[in-house]
Amino acid sequence: MKKTTLRGLLLLLMIPVLAVALCGCSGDKKGKGSSIVVGIPQDLEDSLDPHKVEAAGTKEVLFNIFEGLIKPDSNGDFIPAVAQSYEVSDDALTYTFTLRDGVKFHDGSTVTLQDVKYSIDRCADTSGGSPLVAAYSNIKDTQIDGNNFIIHLNEPDTEFLAYMTTAIIPESNKNPDTNPVGTGPYMFVSRSPQENFIVKKFDDYYDKDHAAHIENVTFKVIGNMDTVAMELQSGAIDLLARIPSTQAELLDKNEFTILEETMNLVQALYLNNAEAPFDNVKVRQALCYAIDPAEIMLFVSDGKGTEIGSSMFPAFGKYYMEELNDTYNQDLDKAKQLLSEAGYPDGFSFDITVASNYTQHVDTAQVLSDEFAKIGVTANIKLVEWDSWLSDVYNDRKFQSTVVGVDASSLTASALLQRFTSDSSKNFINYSNPAYDEAFAKAKTATDEDEKTKYYKECERILSEDAANVYIQDLPEFVAISNKFTGYEFYPLYVQDIAKIRPAD
Amino acid sequence: MRYALKKIVTMMITVIVVTLFVYIAFNLISGDPAISMLGTNATPERLNALREELHLNDPVIVRYFRWLIALFKGDMGVSYSYRIDVSTMIFDKIPVTATMAAMSFILMIVISIPLGIHTSKYQGGVLDRIIMILNQIIMSIPPFFSGILITLIFGRILKIFTPGGYVSYSNDFGGFLWYMFFPSLAIALPKATMAVKLLRGSLISEYNMDYVRTAYSKGNTTNGVIYNHMLKNAILPVITFLGMALTDIIAGSIIVEQVFGIPGLGRILLTSISNRDYPVVMAIIVIISFMVLVVNMLVDIIYSLIDPRISFEDK
Repeated sequence: MKKTTLRGLLLLLMIPVLAVALCGCSGDKKGKGSSIVVGIPQDLEDSLDPHKVEAAGTKEVLFNIFEGLIKPDSNGDFIPAVAQSYEVSDDALTYTFTLRDGVKFHDGSTVTLQDVKYSIDRCADTSGGSPLVAAYSNIKDTQIDGNNFIIHLNEPDTEFLAYMTTAIIPESNKNPDTNPVGTGPYMFVSRSPQENFIVKKFDDYYDKDHAAHIENVTFKVIGNMDTVAMELQSGAIDLLARIPSTQAELLDKNEFTILEETMNLVQALYLNNAEAPFDNVKVRQALCYAIDPAEIMLFVSDGKGTEIGSSMFPAFGKYYMEELNDTYNQDLDKAKQLLSEAGYPDGFSFDITVASNYTQHVDTAQVLSDEFAKIGVTANIKLVEWDSWLSDVYNDRKFQSTVVGVDASSLTASALLQRFTSDSSKNFINYSNPAYDEAFAKAKTATDEDEKTKYYKECERILSEDAANVYIQDLPEFVAISNKFTGYEFYPLYVQDIAKIRPAD
Repeated sequence: MRYALKKIVTMMITVIVVTLFVYIAFNLISGDPAISMLGTNATPERLNALREELHLNDPVIVRYFRWLIALFKGDMGVSYSYRIDVSTMIFDKIPVTATMAAMSFILMIVISIPLGIHTSKYQGGVLDRIIMILNQIIMSIPPFFSGILITLIFGRILKIFTPGGYVSYSNDFGGFLWYMFFPSLAIALPKATMAVKLLRGSLISEYNMDYVRTAYSKGNTTNGVIYNHMLKNAILPVITFLGMALTDIIAGSIIVEQVFGIPGLGRILLTSISNRDYPVVMAIIVIISFMVLVVNMLVDIIYSLIDPRISFEDK
């Protein structure tokens, strides 16, 4: 009897193992033709309420679900969405939007002007201290007039249109945090934390010409970026934006296409201008003369990327000033001379705080450290978690320098430049220059586009000449897309527009 | 009965101590859930409003006890980042991690016991030597590395599973089990090798015992002696080890989940830690410490069932 117990126990334990082995034979299911799996590097660990969402990774997915009165296209222009058309008064004080007929929410109800007013007013509400959309503090009032929605501003602002991409949501939705209802080409189906986020095509989308092509879209959270090429190659993922170049190289070029663009951000060694030695312009300039962006790019991304010389990247077209790349070209003698003039003939030592999850920034810091060593400056790299970075560096401004990429939250030059005005809450480098504040204020209130551009450029030039930061590059971005699909479009914003993607023939 | 009561009280105290420790430790490290949620768009007003909303301005100890009382009422709170109930968020993931732990445990036993018996029986033989050498090599591989090797061999070269191609248990249970087999193997292998070595050594030391000679003289075959007499004595240290290994497996699954891209408790735990999502982290800590305590209790009980000399009533 006893003999059988132990042996029997062992046999019993074998059964599930065998069962699993047998189950496996029937595995390997391939999806239907009209579905796509899009890899995302982090989950939507956020509210799904489009007005409260903060993480860029969540916003780029929700772009498919929500639309504003207008929305950006891939050229960075604004096209009418929930509004059929819009009009801006000459004094840039009144914005009038005409509602498009028959736009439906995903729950089947029709969008009314009441919903529009609710959405805009909700983001302009100041009862919580500051409005959800900072630019809305300029709204004097909003009103419904016939089929029009009118916004009156306190101060003239020709850039205000850029903020009208605010999602229009139904007033009736009681749980916007977890149940997103919008008007976009895709509607929310389900989410499983750290696993996936699933949407499907919205059949009643108002614009049949721009409706989605693919029926089912799964945004799959990638557990391990270091093996992502395997996941792509095995067919578990069809599309992945911002794939690391080392992983992109491993992909079979017959099955995948690698698209290249830039990330649209300003990567720099951001310096705490309020703290010694970086409160001295000569020290900052010395650092600028010590580095060679080309060398950094070579090491960090095989020479890909675009050099930048101020807080503006090329996607902004007319505002971008390529000539600022040459304000400082590597000149070690000049750098050393500036250091002596500043009172540091033997160099000094400082910390570069970097968020460890951003490999490119960590790599960049390493090259910088080597380059600074040549002028006798010792840079110690301090790796921290992203969360600690946010609270210590960005929020509390307790740092000496940091390598990070700053992007534009909206398609306006001020989104990049406002943070360097003396009293901006986002001015984490503590930059303060009255000439800059004045130029920015003039740019902001100018109604003439040429004049506006002139003053914004003035801002960029001041940042560059003042060496507010050690500007490096706009990082390259690679997108891997399975050859089963086509139509991927890059946006100058952080957006994944899945509605443009269609099955390849 | 008294024993059970005593155990439950000890368990509760352990959970309270562990959670208090984690809660306080969490408050000492830098980072703030409100900043984490608002990211680079944080303004002082919005930060403050959010801190008020989440009661983050209260003293740590007040928050801890508020959390503890809610826990005893069965309320684990709402995730800061996902804004959904922690319980719904976690209970979906428990089957994933539990399946992996159970499968690795079963695999560990299925691999180690026959091999342990075999190698001790043919000690010094060719097969024994080969197995012991392999054993030594595999033993020194940490689970995350065995995970990478298994992905490479079974996923890339043999192509019998899709790396990263995790299927949810609610969609396709067979596919789920098949996928989970590989991470389970990655966890089980290094542990199994240790169990083989332990069982082999333990059995070998029994061969010279008087009762073994007696058993042979009564006409038992070698198999009879091993299964009926020796195994019962030799397996005790192995069971202790298996118990420890199981708790290790539960903790080790966190890392292996990363390698295989499995959205289980481990991945949720890691992301919640970096998001400073306290309610989720605390809930997972409670569940994991609970699992570990239950396993320890089970080991105690199995002990007393196998060896009547060990009684848990007195101790």
